[in-house]
Amino acid sequence: MPDPSAIDGKFAPPEEYAQVLVIGGGVAGAAAAIEAARLGAQVVLIDENPVDPGLMGLDVPLLYGGRMSGAVQRRGRLIETVLAANPMLEEAIERGVEVRLGLTAWGLYVNGPALRALPSPMVGLADEDHSWMIGFDRLILATGARDVALAFPGWDQPGVVGAGGLHALLQRYDAFTGRRIVVLGSGDVGVEAALTAHGRGLEVAALVEVLDRAQASPEALDKLAQAGIPVLPGHIPRRAVTSRDGVERLILADRRGAEVVIDCDTICLAVGLAPAIELINAAGGRIAPDARRGGHAPVLQGWATSLPGVFAAGDCAGLAAGETEAAEQGRQAARQALGGAAEGGPSAGPDAWAYQAAWFDALTRDADPAMIVCQCEAVTRGDLLEVRAPRYLGDPTAGARARDIATLIADGPPNQDQVKRLTRAGMGPCQGRRCREQVALTLAQAAGLPPADIPLALHRAPVRPLPLKVMADWGETAAMTHGWEIWFAIPGQWSAYEDIGTEREFVTPFGGEA
Amino acid sequence: MAVAGAQVVVVGGGVTGLSAAWWLARDGLDVLVLDKGVVGWEASGRNGGGASHYHSPLFHEEQRLWPLMDELLGYPTEYRRERVIFALNESDLAAYHGMAAEGRRLGYVADHIDPMQVRALVPMANEANLGGVHLHYGGHANPQRTVQAYAWALQDLGGRIAQHTPVTDIVEAGGRVTAVETPAGRIACDALVIAAGPQTGFLLQKVGVRLPLGFGRAEMIVTEPAPLMAIGGVDGNGLYGRQTLRGNLAFGGGPHEWIDLASDGPVARPSSPLTRNLARRVAELMPGAASLRLIRSWAGVIENTPDGRPVLERLADPANLTVATMSSVGFGLSPASGHAVRDLVVDGRCSFADLDKLKLSRFETIRDDWLEERGWLPPTLPESPARALG
Repeated sequence: MPDPSAIDGKFAPPEEYAQVLVIGGGVAGAAAAIEAARLGAQVVLIDENPVDPGLMGLDVPLLYGGRMSGAVQRRGRLIETVLAANPMLEEAIERGVEVRLGLTAWGLYVNGPALRALPSPMVGLADEDHSWMIGFDRLILATGARDVALAFPGWDQPGVVGAGGLHALLQRYDAFTGRRIVVLGSGDVGVEAALTAHGRGLEVAALVEVLDRAQASPEALDKLAQAGIPVLPGHIPRRAVTSRDGVERLILADRRGAEVVIDCDTICLAVGLAPAIELINAAGGRIAPDARRGGHAPVLQGWATSLPGVFAAGDCAGLAAGETEAAEQGRQAARQALGGAAEGGPSAGPDAWAYQAAWFDALTRDADPAMIVCQCEAVTRGDLLEVRAPRYLGDPTAGARARDIATLIADGPPNQDQVKRLTRAGMGPCQGRRCREQVALTLAQAAGLPPADIPLALHRAPVRPLPLKVMADWGETAAMTHGWEIWFAIPGQWSAYEDIGTEREFVTPFGGEA
Repeated sequence: MAVAGAQVVVVGGGVTGLSAAWWLARDGLDVLVLDKGVVGWEASGRNGGGASHYHSPLFHEEQRLWPLMDELLGYPTEYRRERVIFALNESDLAAYHGMAAEGRRLGYVADHIDPMQVRALVPMANEANLGGVHLHYGGHANPQRTVQAYAWALQDLGGRIAQHTPVTDIVEAGGRVTAVETPAGRIACDALVIAAGPQTGFLLQKVGVRLPLGFGRAEMIVTEPAPLMAIGGVDGNGLYGRQTLRGNLAFGGGPHEWIDLASDGPVARPSSPLTRNLARRVAELMPGAASLRLIRSWAGVIENTPDGRPVLERLADPANLTVATMSSVGFGLSPASGHAVRDLVVDGRCSFADLDKLKLSRFETIRDDWLEERGWLPPTLPESPARALG
């Protein structure tokens, strides 16, 4: 006899279906879609750009730093801009790929050991008004990379953008309001951000590097020099001076500790990007620490993830070395997804965590404990070090005062999700995007461990924060509606204790059945 | 690294095991908690945080203790007394009135409230609500904060916790447990408590004791913060929920999935598209919250006995082994269940409640295929792939 309140049979089949579903319309995703279409598959490509301005205000999915213009409100025009920014999308459309822009892929669901109730593998999609599910036979994730943010005093004010956010506003949306920027980080990410901004006619005041020498290749540094953009090695950002409109100046300390002041309206954090693994991680796919692939990256065989039918390519698979490589990865992933042999694999880049940790150590040396780390929940660096509960819980008790990050680590091993639960760092509406790496680096620093030894704080669906009314399944199945119970609905579970074993055991009014 | 033995070893650093250990440490006993992972990591830290279990023999002790817990533990649990339950249809209203009657029968204050009173207490509530009940007892606490509070309070009393230390075997001699085996070596004990949630049955098998359990996955969602309501505990529309003191709305309910579980527990606990059905019901219950962003969903895996009731018993054989599974309703009752376990371990009987009906012997005659009989089986996987590739 089936359990009527169990989940079996209550999910509807997905509203639509793609033989090959591609999430992400960057170079890797577009190349994957084109290749899959060329091989005869029915292909749907989903891209979240243009992103809802409300999400952009939360720095989701990238660190836009409040430097977007009113143009982000005009979706019709933005869709054209987004299409124009990646000519491969036009090619994909010509090849018969169904390209759908402005849709959010907020969840990935695949049957596995602890979830077998799905009628098919599926991805949750949403537009501005509602959400629905799309089924797939093969999924290629090309979700790109996320900004890695590190705090310095003033970083929570408008004008502090990430390299990814800057790139999106400049190239994809043509909607950037800054005019004079300073780039933090002299690796490839920083140089690319600087050259992109320069190419768009913006003034790039400097690239700042806390290490003793610039990190990018000599060729890249040559291009910077040709553009007249200075690099300042051995300089540590101290604070941003801000007004109501945000950043006005950046104060640096040079090697001797002397103050260097740079006027700017935008500070671009370019110390790293992290593979956008949210969907695969939330679905229970295997992720492993791999600093040479940008941090936590999917475990891959070829381009196949540990989830059946799910593949990854481009930056989300481990920071591709450039657009040419990303496109090739996309094509390889598509061929493998459609039955071809595994070919290729992610390339190894510089040690992302070593570089981020060097920056983190420099920025946190003598840092003010009042510096905000988690913007959503107003958690400071001091709160993290003290593992302090939020202020609305009152002053710390004697016991709480005796606890800090060192005692937690001694009880160990260090665990970011535990710190999150106690301090709320990472629990806010931006879903930890702005503080995730910093909290992990705080733990690594305090424990004297490499960042790879700090377990990944888990991502959860929805991987974009969407309103309840958008997420809601307003057309759920009758089986869901009629089989809905508040808890397990085990007959007699809520019977009064004295009724157990009597004729009244199964006739109490709550939960019991006659 | 070797772990020294203890007078009492508690297997399971969930809310029941931690509370039990804390109660035992308050008696001055040398207590060691072993957890296969991180304390409070599983269902103990993932539940709805409710504390209104009128059906339980531990109810009065639950109600007595919760208002004292912050003080007793020395750490905040975010406990907030009282609960509002309101209806969007007549049959729910009748059920809620029945709950209130049960509360009053047990000696507590429970008011019927009209739709306007509902709106006064829950400003975001559906204007078309039919009224409900206001329970002046029960309430809710923050599960994550509470499990950590138990753990720290235990340590403050000299108790020890070894995380990432699974018990792989139980050593017996002369009808008593003498030690447990772990990857950190053999750990001796004078008494053993098994409060290991879904793993409890697997551990009992090692001493030849059968505890029938089914394993279910349940899910919750949480929104970004909303303005604080007068009473954070709100149920209705098939949901249980609470507002955190930060303002987030955390709600759960709806169908569970029965899962197969290995003795080392689930590797991943993915949530499902049920997120959308939960979102719908929260938006229906409180249209004023419909524009709030849903920021996380999560799932927990919980064990259930065949009748959905706890097993709280010190066994006859081995005579120093106490079993504590709360059968999917453990968090709210934890202050009292820990007290009960302390009593069983130290005195052999519970000082404040009759627990005779929660003994393991009630399942002696249950058939081996009881899970099949009840339909507590994982769903049958669909044919795959759904469509052949072209």
